[in-house]
Amino acid sequence: MANYSTNEFKGGLKVMLDGDPCSIVENELVKPGKGQAFNRVKLRNLMTGRVGEKTFKSGDSLEGADVMDLEMEYLYTDGDMWHFMKTDGSFEQYAVEKKALGDTEKWLKEQVPYTITLWNDKAISVTPPNFIELEVVETDPGLKGDTAQGGSKPATLSSGAVVRVPLFINQGEVLKIDTRSGDYVSRA
Amino acid sequence: MRANWQPTATIETLYERARLIAIVRAFFAQRGVLEVETPVLGHGGSTDVHLASLSTLARTDKGQRKLWLQTSPEFHMKRLLAAGSGPIFQLAKSFRNGEVGARHNIEFTMLEWYRPAFTLAQLIDETTTLVANVLPSFAGPVVHYRYRELFHTYLAVDPFTTSLETLRTLAAERGHMSAQTLAKEGRDTCLDLLMSMVIEPQLGQQELSVVLDYPASQAALARRHQDADGEWVASRFELYLNGVELANGYDELIDAEEQRQRFEEDNAERRRLGLPEVDVDERLLAALERGMPESAGVALGIDRLIQLAMGKARLEDVLAFSTPNC
Repeated sequence: MANYSTNEFKGGLKVMLDGDPCSIVENELVKPGKGQAFNRVKLRNLMTGRVGEKTFKSGDSLEGADVMDLEMEYLYTDGDMWHFMKTDGSFEQYAVEKKALGDTEKWLKEQVPYTITLWNDKAISVTPPNFIELEVVETDPGLKGDTAQGGSKPATLSSGAVVRVPLFINQGEVLKIDTRSGDYVSRA
Repeated sequence: MRANWQPTATIETLYERARLIAIVRAFFAQRGVLEVETPVLGHGGSTDVHLASLSTLARTDKGQRKLWLQTSPEFHMKRLLAAGSGPIFQLAKSFRNGEVGARHNIEFTMLEWYRPAFTLAQLIDETTTLVANVLPSFAGPVVHYRYRELFHTYLAVDPFTTSLETLRTLAAERGHMSAQTLAKEGRDTCLDLLMSMVIEPQLGQQELSVVLDYPASQAALARRHQDADGEWVASRFELYLNGVELANGYDELIDAEEQRQRFEEDNAERRRLGLPEVDVDERLLAALERGMPESAGVALGIDRLIQLAMGKARLEDVLAFSTPNC
């Protein structure tokens, strides 16, 4: 991979830091009145998802990371690995470990496209679509006529996620959920 | 797709910018300081290891010549002082390659002025008065700090006597820099990092902070003297407001021999670091040999002052067109 100098650090650039692939979030030049200039850089570690801060001397460089995002449909799990397939018509499949799947495990639904981040052709994270439609498999019975504001109750969805839903929702209904916040949006 | 042709500042901001610059001009006119205009190009450039100069090839009467774009108007203005100009000021376009950010733009405007026979204390007084004139809402006090005292207060170390090992460890921890990188760096890089990352953001909060007595190794074009503790320090000051460095002033070095030596040391350091060497300004050295009056001089980033006066988030908000948009 190519090396990138601090002045090429743009949001989204993927670089290697301490052995892990990272994505640059922010890069700011800091310089005392006279003297050495520095770049104060925020990076997201793509293995852990954590954002950290690191300072570099201006002009220093980091090795680029062979990272790419691909769209893939979820197929199935064999209990050990989760299997996805590229949506580009190649039918190429990737097996994803539980560690890379992370929180997305609770938003899995067959045939839905997910964004898979590959590092050196190995899946390191899975991002669900922002909105997903899932069926309610368990919740307290709906309260008739209560379609206005009011309380909420927990509902378990087909993917295993538990979300707060309005009181009028019944088992078997399909709901639109925002996966970023885990909030109920509407009936699908 | 049509290119983005729009200015980075609003037209309203440009009106305010013009009004503030008129205040600056009136301030100097009232004090009998002559406004001058000097060339942006020079046969010599700034050798400062931490400044990256732009240069260009020009066809001159002597054939093709490499000319340097100034990083500040200092050299030409000092030649005017040597020629007997008396007190002078200039609003000068200056260029520093690679400096892009919320407080930096490759091309920017420097307000620089020189006061023959002024002490550094008199110049500090004049600089803070000017800033207060441009920022009428600013009523805070002017507070002086010694560089050493700031390191004691914020980091509990001494910039002159604490071991390099300790400074490196502290710089790695507080400056978020890798210990391996710092293992190859000297005191000044550690001090610069701690100053920029830890101390500067604390300065100029509800006050104008003046920092004095920088280490002698950070003198640039200022004289050096021994401070009250017997340490060799640079005769220079910096001014901070809202954590932003606004101005940098010197009791100017006027010794031609010492100036030549500093230029040569800079270029030797450039060779060591694999940086391009910069042509030494022989005309400046000739002027110093002829004799420049004892003077205090200061450079103030006028774009930053306008940015602070208007409460803008980014420098480009007060520039008609920032470098990426030029």
